[in-house]
Amino acid sequence: MPEGFIAGEPMSGASFAQCFARCRADNRAALIPFLTCGYPDAPQSLELLQGMAGAGADIIELGIPFSDPLADGPTIQRSSFQALERGMTTEGTLDVLRAFRAGHDTPVVLFSYLNPILRYGVEEFARAAVEAGAQGLLLTDVPAGADPALESRLSAHGLDLIRLIAPTTSPERVAAIARAGAGFLYYISRTGVTGARTRLRRALGREVRAVQGRVGGIPVAVGFGISTPEQAADVAAAAEGVVVGSALIDHCEREGAEGVRDFVAALREAMERDGPDRSL
Amino acid sequence: MTPGARTAGDRFGPYGGRYVPETLITALDELTAAYRDASADQGFAADLRVLLEDYAGRPSPLYRAPRVEEAIGAGPVYLKREDLNHTGAHKINNTLGQALLARWMGKRRIIAETGAGQHGVATATVCALFDLECVVYMGTEDVERQALNVYRMELLGAEVRPVDSGSCTLKDATNEAIRDWVTNVRDTHYIIGSVVGPDPFPRMVRDFQAVIGEETRAQLEAAEGRLPGSVVACVGGGSNAMGIFHAFVPFGDVRLVGVEAAGEGLDSGRHSAPLAAGRPGVLHGSLSYLLQDADGQVAPAHSISAGLDYPGVGPEHSWLLDEGRAEYVTVTDDQALAAFHRLSRLEGLIPALESAHALAHVFEAGAELARHGPVVVCLSGRGDKDVAHVARLSGAETDE
Repeated sequence: MPEGFIAGEPMSGASFAQCFARCRADNRAALIPFLTCGYPDAPQSLELLQGMAGAGADIIELGIPFSDPLADGPTIQRSSFQALERGMTTEGTLDVLRAFRAGHDTPVVLFSYLNPILRYGVEEFARAAVEAGAQGLLLTDVPAGADPALESRLSAHGLDLIRLIAPTTSPERVAAIARAGAGFLYYISRTGVTGARTRLRRALGREVRAVQGRVGGIPVAVGFGISTPEQAADVAAAAEGVVVGSALIDHCEREGAEGVRDFVAALREAMERDGPDRSL
Repeated sequence: MTPGARTAGDRFGPYGGRYVPETLITALDELTAAYRDASADQGFAADLRVLLEDYAGRPSPLYRAPRVEEAIGAGPVYLKREDLNHTGAHKINNTLGQALLARWMGKRRIIAETGAGQHGVATATVCALFDLECVVYMGTEDVERQALNVYRMELLGAEVRPVDSGSCTLKDATNEAIRDWVTNVRDTHYIIGSVVGPDPFPRMVRDFQAVIGEETRAQLEAAEGRLPGSVVACVGGGSNAMGIFHAFVPFGDVRLVGVEAAGEGLDSGRHSAPLAAGRPGVLHGSLSYLLQDADGQVAPAHSISAGLDYPGVGPEHSWLLDEGRAEYVTVTDDQALAAFHRLSRLEGLIPALESAHALAHVFEAGAELARHGPVVVCLSGRGDKDVAHVARLSGAETDE
């Protein structure tokens, strides 16, 4: 275990349902920051997780780095390569999560690609991830229905499989994904890979509402390209959750852990100030 | 035994599938439907036949190689002359088919990945022919190794985008092509260059390449009145191999021999032989044998030949291996280089370094193979593109 990890009575993570219920009660959307585990290194990852939780993250996506992140843009590619160079592994990611659970109950979604999970062992991973304190798993290269036997093995031990919905996903498929979905659904704000953008598409709010109309009440979070508090507030007006990834890594590259904390706090403040007025 | 007949849906046994970002699912559904409709359309088949014959130069000859026979002391040995196709390799069979399909689907923008540059050139060529926008992704290391093909693509009007992430070779070029496709999926068709990727690519590319084996079967029937005893082809992603194997898969007596690149030796860890030394994993959209480390990170591949420098392999090869229907062997950089020189001197044919792997195995094991009947080697490409590289290697050796 990396140096500096705190030993303590582990907390169990809150469920996504509890989390979204709390946000609904506060009349705001959930803030969901993403971090590549092992970036900039393992001890700093833990610090970043703690800092994000302290600054108001409602759910955290923790990336298990993969050598060939083909759904990711340059920023998350860079953070993944750096994490791997510094020795981060699947087991190492679970170690960081266990250490985080020593003081925090913020729900965590493990975010990765299929191959590291296959190599770890599907059943073994599903058990170990729950034991380490994860609530959800998002595999960008396992679209809903791609491998039903694998998908049921992954969720057999209590992990919610978080499903992606893309602007290209047909309405019928959106409904089918929702029927098989758990936890929350993740709407990709545009066709493309992860990465900060200066502008969001005008049609986004309408698209999110169309998706919400087909998913029978499962919370819908929106991600890909959200990079400023203003954008987060705009998206929070339409969606139940806002995912911010690459922009956080950018802040970390420029300003370190303190910059990440400040940025998460600014995102949270902007999302609360505007509230869900459904005006996007 | 016919493994081909026992595969269903989007898989070959357990291999294949569609492990891709959600954004691509609709495009893959559209492509699957378009391919199904085009395959049943006589006009499409006629257009493709005319292009293969009058533009690419098919059928390619099946050449009996007397001096190879003399060298190995056995025969007959035939070379399937894919090196004589327009653009110098088998790759044009697939790009013509897929460009026609892109036109069928109304997609005006084409992307491709390339390693040796052969698939990039073949794609740039058909895009010129069909007046399609063309972007080719190529690892910076390959841009260096295959400078002439880069210029060739540019001459043909394509934009070559160098990829400097990861190992800077074919694997990374493929990642970047997939990222482009995810971003521009509505107006773009991705012409994958081998029997890899998500369904329907592995079976579609195989079908477009199957003309190699169909011609071989008819040509050998005319020459010898029998089936081959063995069919030998190099395997990177494995498209020339699947192309020549496919017609013979139902004939259990025909030995199907795939030759992977052992690079500096399997023990060195620097090779491109997932079937010999990998284990099943997921890369670029399908489950297949894969070079990977103990944590499931994809391991860098190595081969003297840029076209074989890939850590994965087409899923149908994984299935043929598990079923015991095909056998897979390996050949090192040095053996391939020796075969490159040897065929040049023996037959006046300079082979691509990729194809030289298949030839090296025949130089090594040809006498044994010939005991089962005629040996057919897929001479998948010509070596013009490799001449400068080999000259540099020879020069370096001389200097030492």
